Amino acid sequence: MTAATTSPDATTSLAPVLRGRMPAAWVVSDAAQMTKRNLLRYIRLPNLVVFSTIQPVMFVLLFSYVFGGAIKFTLPKGTNYIDFLMAGIFVQAVIFGSVQTGVGLSDDLAKGMVDRFRSLPMARSAVLAGRTLSDTVRNVFVVLLMTVVGLLVGFRFHAGFISCVAGLGFAVLFGFAFSWISAFIGMSVRDPESAQAAGFIWVFPLLFASSAFVPLVTMPDWLQAFARNNPITHIINAIRALTQGGPVWHDLWISLAWIIAILLVFVPLSVRRYRNSV
Amino acid sequence: MAERPAILAEGLKKYYGNVKALDGVDLAVPAGTVLGLLGPNGAGKTTAVRILTTLLQPDSGRGEVAGYDVVRDVHALRSVIGLAGQFAAIDENLSGRENLELVGRLYHMPKAVVKARAAELLEQFSLADAADRLTKTYSGGMRRRLDLAAALVAHPPVLFLDEPTTGLDPAGRQDLWEVIEQLVEEGTTLLLTTQYLEEADRLADSIAVIDHGHVIATGTADELKRKAGGDVLELTVSSPSRVSTAIKALGDIECGEPHVDRKRGRISVPVRNGSSAVVDAVRSLDKARVKVSDLSLHRPSLDDVFFALTGRAAEPDGQATNGESADVDGNGDRPQGRRGRRSAR
Repeated sequence: MTAATTSPDATTSLAPVLRGRMPAAWVVSDAAQMTKRNLLRYIRLPNLVVFSTIQPVMFVLLFSYVFGGAIKFTLPKGTNYIDFLMAGIFVQAVIFGSVQTGVGLSDDLAKGMVDRFRSLPMARSAVLAGRTLSDTVRNVFVVLLMTVVGLLVGFRFHAGFISCVAGLGFAVLFGFAFSWISAFIGMSVRDPESAQAAGFIWVFPLLFASSAFVPLVTMPDWLQAFARNNPITHIINAIRALTQGGPVWHDLWISLAWIIAILLVFVPLSVRRYRNSV
Repeated sequence: MAERPAILAEGLKKYYGNVKALDGVDLAVPAGTVLGLLGPNGAGKTTAVRILTTLLQPDSGRGEVAGYDVVRDVHALRSVIGLAGQFAAIDENLSGRENLELVGRLYHMPKAVVKARAAELLEQFSLADAADRLTKTYSGGMRRRLDLAAALVAHPPVLFLDEPTTGLDPAGRQDLWEVIEQLVEEGTTLLLTTQYLEEADRLADSIAVIDHGHVIATGTADELKRKAGGDVLELTVSSPSRVSTAIKALGDIECGEPHVDRKRGRISVPVRNGSSAVVDAVRSLDKARVKVSDLSLHRPSLDDVFFALTGRAAEPDGQATNGESADVDGNGDRPQGRRGRRSAR
């Protein structure tokens, strides 16, 4: 063919061609587009919303009515089990929600979506950021829903308004950090079923061997030793103190350190997995 | 001044441990032309596409698309290409329109341009009626069309299609071919991978045959087919007693030495110009009053080309493709397996 007259540099692409560094506005807009895309899923799949909220609601009801009677004798006098329980339920709900980060990402990988995104001139961070952010938005919704359900069955806040909001926010923040662990798992196992299994399996012992559902004093000594140092215990204790009153700072600092450590380790690991995901 | 090719690969290598996915691939696709990258599963086609579209980094060698280096100018390069992979990469929980608009926004096109372009593509790909339906309700053919449309959102001057018709039924394949032909007419440079010689023949200006990470032949479809022995005309005579008359009649047309199975009345004969040879043969046989119960033209397939080039079949070890079963028809020197078969019209 000799007729081709367009020089290879003269592009007819409708897309602006980036020279130099990517503007921050693009980075933000890409993450926003991806977040929106992920959230639309929940509007399009009402079943998903229903079933993913039924589960935590069920836990609130089961734990408070089934175990509440037995556990209340181990609590300090005057403490309602539901007031004790809700901090654990919040953390459980955000953890379960965050497992979906890995499931969603591995689904995108398995279906070739990640290939498409990687072939587009979009910010490298957007796929992961969009996923973790949309799951965080979802967690906000789930935590608020849990609060309402809790209030209906007798849960009460016993601290100042700001402190209570901080407590709920702290649960969501932990969920965000946890999403990055989940993202790493999802990018590693690469198929949604495995991501679901691998995301959940190690969470159960961590969650149950913590102060989530029962006071630590009821556990055998060796388990108490583990549970006392379990980061989930610190996070739950911090949320409990923020929403119910009591000494906050010790658990709050330790939990914050954990959250920062998780982000420092798993954000770069996930980004690297994403870049090499072929 | 010699023009720089729109797609250029020089000595591209990619190893996975001991597996040489690409072992020094050179390609050059002039702007506005179509290159068919033809090869069996595992030959390295997809690896080459992945490197040229920046999904993978080469271990060594150089790649350039529209003047942009595949390693150094990643972002600029991505702005001027479109890629449709082997699987339709579309979000099932979004509508067709939302899928296209998402891609447009990620190319950083202005919102109004994105909306107009999405509507235009949905129209062009006959998806306008289904535009606002969730794509999980789409048929396989519709998904493929939407996937291709997504690759075209930015109107990229260079397009990569990795086995675009694999898994489509014949009608879907035909549809997609027509769309691709239209694009090429508009001047898009296209690199297309395929396992089907027929597809490369129809769409590509030139073909590069790839095997074990090497380009083992380049040329036009005709040049490659000639290497593979050209077309073969096969016919079955209604009454075997008429075979000799038939062979005599075929002697009038331009063809090679016939191979005859007298018991079944079957004759197969290499012909130079397939389609017109069919017409000539029918005329000639009719004149000689030979009744024919079956007549078909065998075009050389990838297998035949492969066999001619490498002396072995195209399938990777132990992996059967979904083609017709073995076709042992007296052409003893042909590989068994998939063969392009086109009935005479």
